[in-house]
Amino acid sequence: MSAASQDAALESAAERPVGELGMWVFLATEVLFFGVLFCGYVVMRWYYPQGFAAASRHTDVVIGSANTAVLLTSSLTMALAVQSLQQGAARRTVWLLAATLLLGAAFLGLKLYEYRDDYLRHLVPWLDFVFPGRHAGGARLFFYMYFVMTGAHALHLTVGLGVVTVMIIGVARGAFSRERAAPVEVAALYWHLIDVVWIFLYPILYLVART
Amino acid sequence: MNGQLFLLPPQGSAYAGRVDVLFWTMTAATGAVAGAIFVLLILFCSRYRRRSGPERVMSATAVGRSRNRPLEITWITLPLLVFLAFFFWAAWLYDHQQTPPAGAAEIYVVARQWMWKLEHPDGRREIDELHLPRGQPVRLVMTSQDVIHSFYVPELRIKQDVLPGRFTVLWFTPARSGVYHLYCAEYCGTSHSRMHGRIVVMEPQDYARWLGGGGNGGTLAQQGAAKLRTLGCSGCHSPGATIRAPSLDNLYGRTIPLADGSFVTVDEHYLRDSILLPSKQIAAGYADNMPSFAGQVSEQDLLELVEYVKSRAGSNTP
Amino acid sequence: MSNTDSYLGAGLRLRDWLTTTDHKRIAILYAMGITAFFFVGGAAATLIRLSLITPQGDLVSAETYNKLFTVHGVVMVWFFLIPSIPATLGNFLIPMMIGAHDVAFPRLNLLSWYLYMGGALFTVADLIIGGVDTGWTFYTPLSTMFSNTAVVAAVAGVFVVGFSSILTGLNFIVTVHRRRAPGMGWFRLPLFVWALYGTSLILVLATPVLAMTLVLLAAERLFGIGIFDPALGGDPLLFQHLFWFYSHPAVYIMILPAMGVVSEVIACFARKPVFGYRMMAYAIIGIASVSFLVWGHHMFVSGQSMYAGMVFSFLSYLVAVPSAIKVFNWTATLFRGSISFEAPMLYALGFIGLFMLGGLTGLYLAALALDVNLTDTYFVVAHFHYIMVGGSVMAYFAGIHFWWPKITGRMYPESWARLAAIAIFIGFNLTFFPQYLLGMEGMPRRYWEYDPQFQVLNVLSSAGAAILAGGYLLPALYLSWSLRYGPRAAANPWQATGLEWQTPSPPPEGNFPTTPRVVRDPYDYTPGNRDEAGAAMHPQAGP
Repeated sequence: MSAASQDAALESAAERPVGELGMWVFLATEVLFFGVLFCGYVVMRWYYPQGFAAASRHTDVVIGSANTAVLLTSSLTMALAVQSLQQGAARRTVWLLAATLLLGAAFLGLKLYEYRDDYLRHLVPWLDFVFPGRHAGGARLFFYMYFVMTGAHALHLTVGLGVVTVMIIGVARGAFSRERAAPVEVAALYWHLIDVVWIFLYPILYLVART
Repeated sequence: MNGQLFLLPPQGSAYAGRVDVLFWTMTAATGAVAGAIFVLLILFCSRYRRRSGPERVMSATAVGRSRNRPLEITWITLPLLVFLAFFFWAAWLYDHQQTPPAGAAEIYVVARQWMWKLEHPDGRREIDELHLPRGQPVRLVMTSQDVIHSFYVPELRIKQDVLPGRFTVLWFTPARSGVYHLYCAEYCGTSHSRMHGRIVVMEPQDYARWLGGGGNGGTLAQQGAAKLRTLGCSGCHSPGATIRAPSLDNLYGRTIPLADGSFVTVDEHYLRDSILLPSKQIAAGYADNMPSFAGQVSEQDLLELVEYVKSRAGSNTP
Repeated sequence: MSNTDSYLGAGLRLRDWLTTTDHKRIAILYAMGITAFFFVGGAAATLIRLSLITPQGDLVSAETYNKLFTVHGVVMVWFFLIPSIPATLGNFLIPMMIGAHDVAFPRLNLLSWYLYMGGALFTVADLIIGGVDTGWTFYTPLSTMFSNTAVVAAVAGVFVVGFSSILTGLNFIVTVHRRRAPGMGWFRLPLFVWALYGTSLILVLATPVLAMTLVLLAAERLFGIGIFDPALGGDPLLFQHLFWFYSHPAVYIMILPAMGVVSEVIACFARKPVFGYRMMAYAIIGIASVSFLVWGHHMFVSGQSMYAGMVFSFLSYLVAVPSAIKVFNWTATLFRGSISFEAPMLYALGFIGLFMLGGLTGLYLAALALDVNLTDTYFVVAHFHYIMVGGSVMAYFAGIHFWWPKITGRMYPESWARLAAIAIFIGFNLTFFPQYLLGMEGMPRRYWEYDPQFQVLNVLSSAGAAILAGGYLLPALYLSWSLRYGPRAAANPWQATGLEWQTPSPPPEGNFPTTPRVVRDPYDYTPGNRDEAGAAMHPQAGP
């Protein structure tokens, strides 16, 4: 090694980027975290296939599908935001991040509306749960899993909204830029995970018995 | 047992003897390995001991002795082979211990905080005590009314958790008359340590005399037949009923087709599930229209109903 | 020692400590918390052993006894053993051993400590004031529907501490990947770093499962509906599967770092490279990987299927192989060594003996037919104490003594330390060997009262525990003494290899004035390098 490249190597040891790898490791823990819920869902559905099917028909597939579209679009705007920041277009990045924020908030708003609706239809399993037919027991467990899973997802999304807000401020103030795009890239990874989790939640909660 | 302070408890069955052979073989093997390592450790530590202090240097003979591929491969392969041998031996015994023989006498066990209720097929009930004849294989069908317990008899070297909401099975053949310990081995709350009892194994003639003490409200199967009427089961599960449901006669022990194309052998677990979770496995050719009896039947009711269906095995007439 | 230059001298106010992001100071913060919790758990153990001297449970009531073993289990597992070596020695040493100035995320590191202290203090307060009687395993439906004690608060604290574990593991993984000094290739890493890397993988991948499972448990208790209670249509075995999916790998969180410490200590005091270095590294990663596939061996009698039992038994034997390799390799390291017996070495040798006895009895418990008899008896209690106390705690003490001069800049009184090592070894065996015999005789665990035939062995065990307790108190005394009165330590008092010994004792903030460059393999004790005494040398190109 030449002296110059040796010096470069010494410099880089302390400066090597850590954020992205850290986020990937964190996402691995998130997968395991949600994995418990998916595992619980699978086991309970294996016990109560009809109950889960019947209950799934009582979810609001219109809102669920709309929310899927909203969240997928938000991932697109997030990906475009990262790309435009890497190209140095800070202003466009701010707009795209704002669109992401708005779409995320729309998802959350729709979800809350859906929760209210579920409540009015007596589908909250620890309150006044009423379910017609012989499969009330399995349906009750379905809605328990439904609230736990979508609740955990919504919690992650809320954190994501906070993160995106910080990114908007950072880019607007020039703290994050083409030269320092890593924080936005890392935030985008997290946002995409929220999206991916929903892509799994949507069919198993809304589409079970809708063939 | 005071005389055997450092040994295993006396063997209450032939199976216990076979477990002990495995136990002592493993003790010999692991003892030999542990002994060899200890000898080597002491040998190396005394042989290569040097004065304390940092000025000590690496001995010249040690240079280059930090790996030895053939040696490493040997001590990876050898333990693996020994482990495999022990695995198969223990798994073979376990398979035996998990597979009850045909014709075993059935005892129902209901556990709750903090007592054991044991029921003979003739309806006789015991609390924390089980009388059995020597030499007769026994199959315990166990369930719990509250938390998880565990049925543990050290003299028989067997143990099985007893769960709420399902049946677990344990079997053994007591080979020696006497009193065995029965412990709850799964922590089950405040008085866990007081949830113990005893198993009294008697010579067959003594057992017959003990049995002569008389039953009470009929056999379990008779009580089950009464439950069948009071719960309304017979409204569907009888010939000529308006709603068509499978006959309970000659059902137990058969392998029946299910609506989803698979097959199931009718055993205690299937019967239990069919009462509590009727939609889980639908018999082929029948509608999924039976209501669940979860919450309406007690563990006691379940045992009696199951025993009734079992008593109808081999009978084709209603 | 010029204290002003060292990490200890840079800001002495309480505020400087509570806002520090220096990995070495955070290690000290952890050490204080861990020591406090060790004595809380130890106090519970003392009361348990006192109560078990008589068969009728004369000392405390059954309720109190059950709460005591819950305190003991929860505190020792989650607030002492799991963070013990990783959060103290790991935090202090990983950056130094790989030639880094700090961990990858220093502020996250401090956050981990706050989460740990907050969660642990909350749970300990709950356990002491309210009490929880479920045992540390929180089995459902006992914990969800039948216990009348403050279960939700207890699991809430454990949940928070879980995030501390996750963040620590994440930090270590990224640090080892991204902060190694030039020349520090993967196969130049000290085995301690390898061990902590494997540990971190488990922390990151297993802990979330525990966290979510505890959330479901708490929800079930609060809302009266859930997936674990059969009365509601749930399955209690599902809880056990999820719980052990975390808690079996958690055993390796406790033992892998211990193996790392012992490898360092034995190499140094035998003046030889660790035998089969590469195989040792592979064994660590092998153990960490297979540890995720053996959880079902806790459930051979739980009602899971017979075939599941066979698969888990088979895999459990597989995971025993790398552990056996490690014992053989440590023994072979001593061969033709140049051995001396300072206190760290005594602790490390004690570790090998106790770990071996614990590991070999693990073979009994992996054997299906034997486990059916022995599980949930004192045989299991003895087995895991040999691994987790005989193994992990012994190694923790070995590490504390080995790196004490580096951490504090002081030497401790050697003869006292040797005395303590021997007392702990003897006391430990006297305490726990009788418990193997109790289990063979059939005494179930978690028994407040027991049959009188078990009394002799219980008294023996309690007597041993008195010696053990004395042995544990000794280091607390002489190590505290050495902080003030101990002789100043040289930079490298043991003439050990490893980058951490290339710094002054105690090290300065930032560890190295410039990033070092590594030119040698680890444990390079060849005589030619004696005065340099380093596998990994200080930068050849100066600042």
